[in-house]
Amino acid sequence: MCATCGCDSGGKTTFRLLDKDQQAEHDHKHVFAAGHDHAHSHFDSHDHVHNHSKTIIEVEQDVLLQNNLLAQRNRGYFDAKNILALNLVSSPGSGKTSLLERTLTDLKGQLDFAVIEGDQQTTNDADRIQATGTDVTQINTGKGCHLDAHMILHALQGLKPKENSVLLIENVGNLVCPAMFDLGEKERIVIISVTEGDDKPLKYPDMFHSSTLCIINKTDLLPYVPFDIEKVKANAKKINHHLEIIEVSCTTGEGLQVWYNWLKSKVLLPETT
Amino acid sequence: MHELSIVMGIIEIAERQAKAADATIIDEVELDIGTLSGIETEALEFAWKQGVRQTMLEYAVKKINQIAGKARCLDCDAEFAIEKYEDACPICGEHLLDIIQGKELRVKSLLVS
Repeated sequence: MCATCGCDSGGKTTFRLLDKDQQAEHDHKHVFAAGHDHAHSHFDSHDHVHNHSKTIIEVEQDVLLQNNLLAQRNRGYFDAKNILALNLVSSPGSGKTSLLERTLTDLKGQLDFAVIEGDQQTTNDADRIQATGTDVTQINTGKGCHLDAHMILHALQGLKPKENSVLLIENVGNLVCPAMFDLGEKERIVIISVTEGDDKPLKYPDMFHSSTLCIINKTDLLPYVPFDIEKVKANAKKINHHLEIIEVSCTTGEGLQVWYNWLKSKVLLPETT
Repeated sequence: MHELSIVMGIIEIAERQAKAADATIIDEVELDIGTLSGIETEALEFAWKQGVRQTMLEYAVKKINQIAGKARCLDCDAEFAIEKYEDACPICGEHLLDIIQGKELRVKSLLVS
């Protein structure tokens, strides 16, 4: 059983901290159940006689309370270490990992990074990140469709990101489920590519509503696809008027400087006085 | 299918509360679910059947209060019902909305014995 949160260790979510010095990954020690197992034994074997009258319990409790509390706990950890945590969400194939690869390579030496990769299976994405020389933990969610605050808490225990660093969390490729789960991040970044439909913000409004930045990727393909970039921006703004939008191409590098400037503007310098 | 995670969350809350009240059976669970909460009712029903097996909620009657979306226009201060995030203010046509109701997702009450 996990000493931090009491979760069972018989589940399917696995954590692998990729070892920088060895190619072969080793299993990170912690394995836990995504859903907590409960023992459902009857507990009515008391000596006293039960009065079987019905009682109403006013609960008034948020279903996501447990996740939100753990997210706040992660947030406290990030604040104390001055870590900028970003949650990257998108459909599969929008180019999240490519964007990370470019960012980690181009900003090497300028910012300290650590990465948490979320996928149902494989360490393919983590392997790509590791190749850039960045510390990375791969979370495999098994059948799970999203990362939650609890998984991040455990991934952090192995990853131990440095103070004043940027933690990039690449969520499971899914524009629906991850919207509901706060991980403790400072900013949520939704990425869409021009090979998707320009009505995507309207189709998946929860994700666009809960994000603070939208990155439109693969702009080099604009001449070849019927994607109206002004329309997607207008649609995204309808859903969330706070949303900032940056257009990039990870292939040509166009627009990446705007993204890097955004990133640097969010990194807080430690208070020294 | 994040609805299964949501069902597991509901079970956890309900069982903890019921046990604390020394109850053995949960007869009824009342949920507040906002129309903007991101919960698909059909998916929730499906996940519910799978999730509640062998829990105290297995035979509980589930009562859902659907809470309609409501927003305030930041431009003209009007308050109005919304069905979707993309809805415009019916008074001034702007999309500068502050959601004031409809994102609820909570266990409201339990009937236990």
